[in-house]
Amino acid sequence: MSLASFLKSRLIPEDLEQHVNRIRKPIGTLGYDPWGYNNEAIKYGLALTRQIYEKYFRVQAHGVEKIPSEGPVLIIANHSGQLPIDGLLIGYALASRKENPRMPRAMIERFFPTVPWLGNLLNEVGAVLGDPVNCAKMLANDEAVIVFPEGIRGSGKLYRDRYELKRFGNGFMHLAMKYKAPIVPVGVVGCEETIPAIANIKPLARTLGIPYAPVALPVVLPAKVHLNFGDPMYFDDLEIPEEQVTERVEKVKAEISRLIDKGLSERKRLF
Amino acid sequence: MTQHRRPHILVTGAAGALAQQVINQLRDHCDLVAVDFREQVYLGDDIPSYCIDFNKRVFEDLFRRYEFDGVIHLGRIMSSQLTRMRRYNANVLGTQKLLDLSHKYGIKRVVVLSTFHVYGAVAYNPALIDESAPLKSAGLSADLVDSVELENLANIYLWRYPELNITILRPCNIVGPGVRNTISTLLASERAPVLAGFSPMMQFIHIDDMADAIVLAYKRPVRGVFNVAPQDWVAYQHALKLCNCKRIPIPSVPPALPSLILRTLKLRSFPSYLMAFFKYPVVIDGRAFAKEFGFSPKRPLKEIFRFYRDNKKPV
Repeated sequence: MSLASFLKSRLIPEDLEQHVNRIRKPIGTLGYDPWGYNNEAIKYGLALTRQIYEKYFRVQAHGVEKIPSEGPVLIIANHSGQLPIDGLLIGYALASRKENPRMPRAMIERFFPTVPWLGNLLNEVGAVLGDPVNCAKMLANDEAVIVFPEGIRGSGKLYRDRYELKRFGNGFMHLAMKYKAPIVPVGVVGCEETIPAIANIKPLARTLGIPYAPVALPVVLPAKVHLNFGDPMYFDDLEIPEEQVTERVEKVKAEISRLIDKGLSERKRLF
Repeated sequence: MTQHRRPHILVTGAAGALAQQVINQLRDHCDLVAVDFREQVYLGDDIPSYCIDFNKRVFEDLFRRYEFDGVIHLGRIMSSQLTRMRRYNANVLGTQKLLDLSHKYGIKRVVVLSTFHVYGAVAYNPALIDESAPLKSAGLSADLVDSVELENLANIYLWRYPELNITILRPCNIVGPGVRNTISTLLASERAPVLAGFSPMMQFIHIDDMADAIVLAYKRPVRGVFNVAPQDWVAYQHALKLCNCKRIPIPSVPPALPSLILRTLKLRSFPSYLMAFFKYPVVIDGRAFAKEFGFSPKRPLKEIFRFYRDNKKPV
């Protein structure tokens, strides 16, 4: 047995390997898709995430079965916690569900592909550069796409602004309408407490060419995370003025806000 | 009874392996004339072969003498060859001359071979870039200006002279036996440099499949620009591994460092102006061409890489 296959047998549980192999995905002969997703890398990714999901953050996911089992779908959530942990946990919740698991794709900041190793690693486990063209092509490919319309505004917010929804971009609504993709809203509770930041050092961020430089503890705290998935929302693809698109976005935002409140009320303690 | 006239076709870039494949596919049914401005090649007694600079007056004599019906322009000098100025003269001004003559002599079909390099490797590239995407390459490196200009020129003629029926093909990395481009050299080498921490997605098309694509394109006069790429992808470093190539990581930050190292080591197989292509992916969408021309590549990636694995030391 080679070292690689020995490591694989130790790191990847048999059930997880079979589970991933069962999920149907549009990939090429060497296991890659155009965005860099790799069928072997995802197994390592999921094996690691399983520990993080179950043991560290002890995630409680409600309503993940509401995500349609096939066809294009946009999973829209609130963003928080300096690092894209929320995307990872939502992705794992969907990929690991017993009935009709799907391999979701997360849209990531434009900054990541420029970071050596990290950019490739994120691509291999299914994350994709947050470009509208990418999102459109993936919806056309019938994929489930996780989008955080708050973007940097959401993940970079400070602890004092926790659970306050920032402005949502309208891009996801246009794509949902064009590709007739249902929107599944998700309220994430707990990620705000994983890396509480008290300030953002803007000059340092500018110097380093990164989106923000938070003043925070250099650890990820094991907060308990609650994910609440809402019912799929359907929007027609009529040509409507931007104002009405914004109204539709507000509807999604209100639903996410409701799901966050639900999660906050369910939460017994922070950790 | 009048004898059916075989189509007369001018094929440029005849010294290249791809052109020779195309010529072999067409020679039974067409009267071909081969031209290259680098060297004269012998292609058999039935095919006249010339070494002519397109910008010289004698080039026009060929059009007078052979009364061509079509032109297959494969003679683009690759960005790793010659100096920037000579490439500009040959690729841009030479192509303009070729298209002018094609118009003057009433040619009915022109196929121009471009490259996916025109899209430019930028960190913010989406995947599955289609034909309508902007050509960012010229903004990245002055060394790729001639490739973009060649395309723009062909595009202008495409719209101005619809009777030329110009089709522009933008293939992904062409590889396989006889191919001498940058990526083929790297796959065939024992050791290849890689940028540490970067392994962009790449697409490869076998030279036989590409020759099929060109012949298919020539036979159907559909005007337009088309990407040519199979529906299969692989990360660069994985491709090298499959070709049994030892990877030499080169630090990628700060950005000036890799160019400096490559210049110092004189690694010509990894030209500094193509550096971005080994850092960021340029994944093109070849579905429009596949649909329009009924094209599907026959050689899978595994077969392509097996060739390079088995042919590390060419005789």
